[in-house]
Amino acid sequence: MRNERDISPAAPASKQGVGARVPRKEDDRLMRGRGQFVGDIRLTGLQDVAFVRSPLAHARIRAIHIPERYRDVVFTSADLIGIKPIRAITGLAGFKPSDQPILATDKIRQVGELVAMCVAPTRAEAEDIAASVTLDLEELPAVYDMLKAREPGAPLVHEHWGDNVFLESFFELDITKALDAPIKVTREISTARQCMSPLEGRGVIATFDHRLDQLTLYTGSQMPHIVRNGLSDCLEMDQGQIRIVSPDVGGGFGHKGILLPEEVCLSWLTMKRGFPVRWIEDRREHLVASSNCREHHYKITVYADRDGTLRGIDCEATVDSGAYSSYPFSACLEAAQVVSILPGPYQMPAYRCRTYSVATNKCPILPYRGVARTGVCFALELMLDLVAAEAGLEPGDVRLRNLVRPEQMPFDNITKKHFDSGDYPEALRRAVAQIDIQGIRARQRKGEDDGRLIGVGLSIYCEQAAHGTSVYSGWGIPMVPGHEQATARLTPDGGLELKVGVHSHGQGLETTLSQVAFELLGVDVGKIRVVHGDTAMTPYSTGTWGSRCMVMAGGAVATACHELGERAKKIGAKLLQVDEANVVLVDGEIRGPNGSVTLKEIAHTWYRRPQDLPGDVDPGGLEATSGYKPQRDSGTFSYAAHAVTVAVDPDLGDVEILDYVIVEDGGVLVNPMIVDGQIYGGLAQGIGTALYEEMPFDRAGQPLNTTLADYLLPGPTEVPAPWLDHMETPSPYTKFGVKGIGEGGAIAPPAAIGNAVNDALRGLGVEMLQSPITPRRVLEGILAARDAERTAV
Amino acid sequence: MKPAPFAYERPRDIASALAVMASTDGVVKIMAGGQSLGPMLNLRLVAPDTIVDITGLAELKHVEVTGDELVIGACVTHADIEDGRIPDVTRGAMQRVASAIAYRAVRNRGTVGGSLSHADPSADWVSTFAALGATLSLRSAKGARRVAMKDFMLGALESVLQPREMLEAVRVPVMSASARWGYVKSCRKTGEFAHAIGAVLIDPEAGKARVVIGAVEAAPIIVESAEELFGGRITSDFGTKFDARVADNLLSKAGMSDAADRHIHVTVLRRAVAEAAA
Repeated sequence: MRNERDISPAAPASKQGVGARVPRKEDDRLMRGRGQFVGDIRLTGLQDVAFVRSPLAHARIRAIHIPERYRDVVFTSADLIGIKPIRAITGLAGFKPSDQPILATDKIRQVGELVAMCVAPTRAEAEDIAASVTLDLEELPAVYDMLKAREPGAPLVHEHWGDNVFLESFFELDITKALDAPIKVTREISTARQCMSPLEGRGVIATFDHRLDQLTLYTGSQMPHIVRNGLSDCLEMDQGQIRIVSPDVGGGFGHKGILLPEEVCLSWLTMKRGFPVRWIEDRREHLVASSNCREHHYKITVYADRDGTLRGIDCEATVDSGAYSSYPFSACLEAAQVVSILPGPYQMPAYRCRTYSVATNKCPILPYRGVARTGVCFALELMLDLVAAEAGLEPGDVRLRNLVRPEQMPFDNITKKHFDSGDYPEALRRAVAQIDIQGIRARQRKGEDDGRLIGVGLSIYCEQAAHGTSVYSGWGIPMVPGHEQATARLTPDGGLELKVGVHSHGQGLETTLSQVAFELLGVDVGKIRVVHGDTAMTPYSTGTWGSRCMVMAGGAVATACHELGERAKKIGAKLLQVDEANVVLVDGEIRGPNGSVTLKEIAHTWYRRPQDLPGDVDPGGLEATSGYKPQRDSGTFSYAAHAVTVAVDPDLGDVEILDYVIVEDGGVLVNPMIVDGQIYGGLAQGIGTALYEEMPFDRAGQPLNTTLADYLLPGPTEVPAPWLDHMETPSPYTKFGVKGIGEGGAIAPPAAIGNAVNDALRGLGVEMLQSPITPRRVLEGILAARDAERTAV
Repeated sequence: MKPAPFAYERPRDIASALAVMASTDGVVKIMAGGQSLGPMLNLRLVAPDTIVDITGLAELKHVEVTGDELVIGACVTHADIEDGRIPDVTRGAMQRVASAIAYRAVRNRGTVGGSLSHADPSADWVSTFAALGATLSLRSAKGARRVAMKDFMLGALESVLQPREMLEAVRVPVMSASARWGYVKSCRKTGEFAHAIGAVLIDPEAGKARVVIGAVEAAPIIVESAEELFGGRITSDFGTKFDARVADNLLSKAGMSDAADRHIHVTVLRRAVAEAAA
């Protein structure tokens, strides 16, 4: 493995502002073990909750037997009077809504579904009580396979629907024009169900404050304000009676963007019993009962000319949405996204796609970093390599022939996605050069001394980020982002407080938002505090999702700081006894023609010595809340080209990554070091999708990999140090030209690695079209190909 | 994931450990490092009434070379072996095996005796000690006995250990100067339990070979006289004589019906032989 590129900082535009590699402020506490996560919070009288969960995937509840001695510490749906189920609808035509019970009522629809809640002084005792509760269940045939679920006569997850389809989506443009193409490649491609596996699982503490007449819910959440919306609906409480606090959070990835039945349960329980209650998700609950994602199936045909020019794509995609539509993203975001994003950054004259969001007896599918893009990228990019093989062309050349070109920007693609800026071919060319495809081809011809097979793979994707009102109002889900708000406040000692409704849980926003404020006000990053994760202290926001924070919260902080600067200028001009038009804000001070006054002095005067201000000073003060939207809210498009070299052991099926190259364009980077970190983390997760992570189910709907001994995650020895290169094409629509980049690292690796493995195996006539590409699948493919060859002879 | 309630005993020496077990009712489990037992307790896969924790017993950390044997106390950790804190009678073989067990954190606490007593087919020591021809010393209140490693394990998580009997020591023969050792395992990632293990001890001068095929979801397959895998005789060019078809037949006969499984095990065994021949 080649070493990663030297990351010594290039000369930044300013010491601490946009573009500087400022070390992460939050690391001071996190790296010293001083973070405060939900599990670290201690409240007087706190009791622990353990849940009785369904052991079956699909069953009718005949009875729940609670030992007499535990009657007052075990609660079932019969106790939750007046509590409404979780309901996440969409505005898409034909969508069938589901009601997710807080505790199961008459029927169970997934293994791990909550049936009863047990409370005790310790978790161990609560688990003892849970173990004493017995369930009398009538097992029903399980819907365990999303393709079979669509067949007539399949058992029904929600009987009153009449079928198992949440939603069918469709798009077509001129597909008949593609049908006479000389190259036509058809395959079935699929991605496994995964679990998101952040280091910290979910965790909830609920307590009620009678002085404030307020429920306080401590919950590791990416979107505290959205949790408040959902809880208010389920509990039928005023929003003012609910406060959500999301403290330090150990990774979200989408898992912590969801309203949990557990959050509703504990809120009810603390109000019922009068003491604080806690539930900390354990790893088994995480794997069995929650956080599932990624399960896609594609039947896809790509039409092309002999020179590799794309003529069209025809696809039928199915997403296993699980039993319920989760709040707020719904059961359909994923499959409906597939329709609109499958063409990716490529031009084509014809396209048809039909997708099904299918209900099964599994956990609800949740949007995991990259959401539908990882599956889409895997399907499309694998297909492009197969087209290249069919045409006898280098995969890179086929891509270059079809990628949107820089002179076409801004560009509306076939599904009317609006690409704001970028040079996709250049990213690909750099990746191809850096991985040295010609060198690898020569090495392949020579063969390896150890008998392994070498392969090289490419993939490229685009990541629509920070898409706003116009996009989400179209989905019609319970959450539509509007103007993002931020508050900026100078403290009496000249420090700066920023308040934002988004949440930082690994993104380094406490640092990058401070850098934005430094850029506007010149306040030292060390003197800036970013307040987030508390509905009582921050402006409303849909929160952290969709790689939106740098664009939206960054833009809002810039806008609020600008407003604050204008206020400071008014006061500063008075102190300098000059006209406001004659002062400027530079490097943290207001400068006039004959002198200057620092923001610190202005703050001191405003708060502590108002007697020094003239009577006609502007009364606005030094606290400003302001809102922001980009000029266009259809989203920024960041992208990257990934290139990877692998070695495949044909006798064991093992895949080793030898070299990994990423050429990434995220627009203007506020902190390139943090972006590098985002890409490393995403790459690790992408390698997990590609090679390791899988949650299989048996025919009874039982999840099979229920511990981390079975559910494999890549570790330090499985994740290489990639060679990283940044291009920085500004977005024309956003403050500073920034783009969202949070998810990209996790999108491209399965496709690049899949292509590399298939390149290595091409001589054996073996194709891997299913993630993860396990040694077992590789070996079975090779043995089957050998058998077929023998039979043919 | 919290264990069901249990009583916890931490005796001072072997005698009191045996006495505690003899006088305790219900199901007793010995803990000797807890690297497998801990998770199993938390998952409530086991729910003993009493745990007798012998991890701290000095007598069980004792190591000595006696005659042509190395006697390793049951509570010697994998890290003790990895770091060379015990005498080496296998020319580095045990040290290399130890250094690749799970992760360092597991090796710091996990013990040789705990691993053997747990009898997980995928664990390294059950195959390694079988290939090395080790003998185990067992002890209970009724007395002591010795069992050859090849006879110790009966199946997955199943051994000849009786309730309230403990493994006291492992006796490893000093490896002869002419013996060749090979050990290969297949894992999907570093630290994962093995999907296939091949362990071979081959002495071309003596014309002897012992071959172990491990991680077979049962007790390892031990071939005490492995001549047939090498064309009927063990010679100095054994590395070129390995017969994969014989190995494949052996696995078929042992009930391994899946062709890919057999292919993986035969591959790993062939590589272990190649390592021994190198």
